[in-house]
Amino acid sequence: MKIYGVALLAFCFLVGHILGDFLGKAFHLNGNLGGVGFAMLMLILLNDFFKRKKLLAEETESGILFWSKMYIPVVIAMSSTQNVKAALSGGWLALLVGLFATMACYFFIPIMSKLKLNK
Amino acid sequence: MFFIQNNFHQSQLFSIPLFEYLQPIIEILQKNGLVFSFLLVGLIMYISYLVSKNLTNHKIPGAAIAISFGLFVAYLGNGEKGIASIPIFSGMAILGGSMLRDYSIVSTALGASFTEIKKTGLVGLLCLVIGTVLAYVVGGSIAFMMGYNDAKSIATIGAGACTFIVGPVTGSAVGASSSVIAISIAIGVIKSVIVTIATPFVAKKFGIIDPHNAMIFGGLVGSTSGVSAGLAATDPKLVPYGALTATFHTAMGCLLCPSILYYLTLIIVQ
Repeated sequence: MKIYGVALLAFCFLVGHILGDFLGKAFHLNGNLGGVGFAMLMLILLNDFFKRKKLLAEETESGILFWSKMYIPVVIAMSSTQNVKAALSGGWLALLVGLFATMACYFFIPIMSKLKLNK
Repeated sequence: MFFIQNNFHQSQLFSIPLFEYLQPIIEILQKNGLVFSFLLVGLIMYISYLVSKNLTNHKIPGAAIAISFGLFVAYLGNGEKGIASIPIFSGMAILGGSMLRDYSIVSTALGASFTEIKKTGLVGLLCLVIGTVLAYVVGGSIAFMMGYNDAKSIATIGAGACTFIVGPVTGSAVGASSSVIAISIAIGVIKSVIVTIATPFVAKKFGIIDPHNAMIFGGLVGSTSGVSAGLAATDPKLVPYGALTATFHTAMGCLLCPSILYYLTLIIVQ
């Protein structure tokens, strides 16, 4: 049943968030530290486990796949609700920092990807 | 968790004669905001993919056009919530809110291969640290050059260069002024906009073509929304890898910026 997949996804999501929230509190920061990342790791591990045991029915999987296909639409809705005006009114400083910080990160990609080859 | 407030005000528009007739329709659209947003996003995507196919001959991905379209639409709205600040479009804030966004990001993990992630493991972790420090140093230096010489402001602006969550978290932790915090949010938003729009164009140049490099990209750049939207427009198969490391970037930033990096800044500045 598709709802099993949706429920499994919800389970991973919630456990990840609880874990992230717990970590945030542990470091005295009012934020969720990597909750989504933990949820993703959990789903990857569970998926790997279920696949090996042949426990994951195709129907179940399609319940999760539906949401991954909804990802781009969700991102579009998200971008339409960003505070774009504030981003533009942040002035030159915001624009410069945003631009240069992003460029610096891009230039490090080839360097970091070569790092693996050297190992 | 940001959640939409259900304080729909009767718009003054209804006093205009034409809008009086439309009032019942508008009320229904407002009441069923989430469903209306499905229709709206569907329309945005349809138009964008049409533009991608007919005007750019698939050179610019439909998803990239749709996301830019979304940002443009956000500009039309007034204030913090973009287009959702107009009551009739408030459903967009539910569909694009943090709950459904995170839920659907997690679902993309189903397509990720565990062995691929294990291979990137340590390099990925290193990318998180380098990405955070790099953004912080670049942001902090520019802030210093532009006349900010107190550690609090420099740290907050540097943290904003990580993501728009790290900025305010750091700012409130070190006690920066609210205008500096607003700038740090703006920086984070600009970063995510740049990453969203630029990634499909520069992906080949910087080698963002396989899961391994997508994870490095996510770890270095960090902005989860920008990384995942940019990758979605580049190659949807790469989304889970980039998003996975990117979500940890915010965590890393929230850990390092208000602590070690702030203290180092304090020592350097004084």
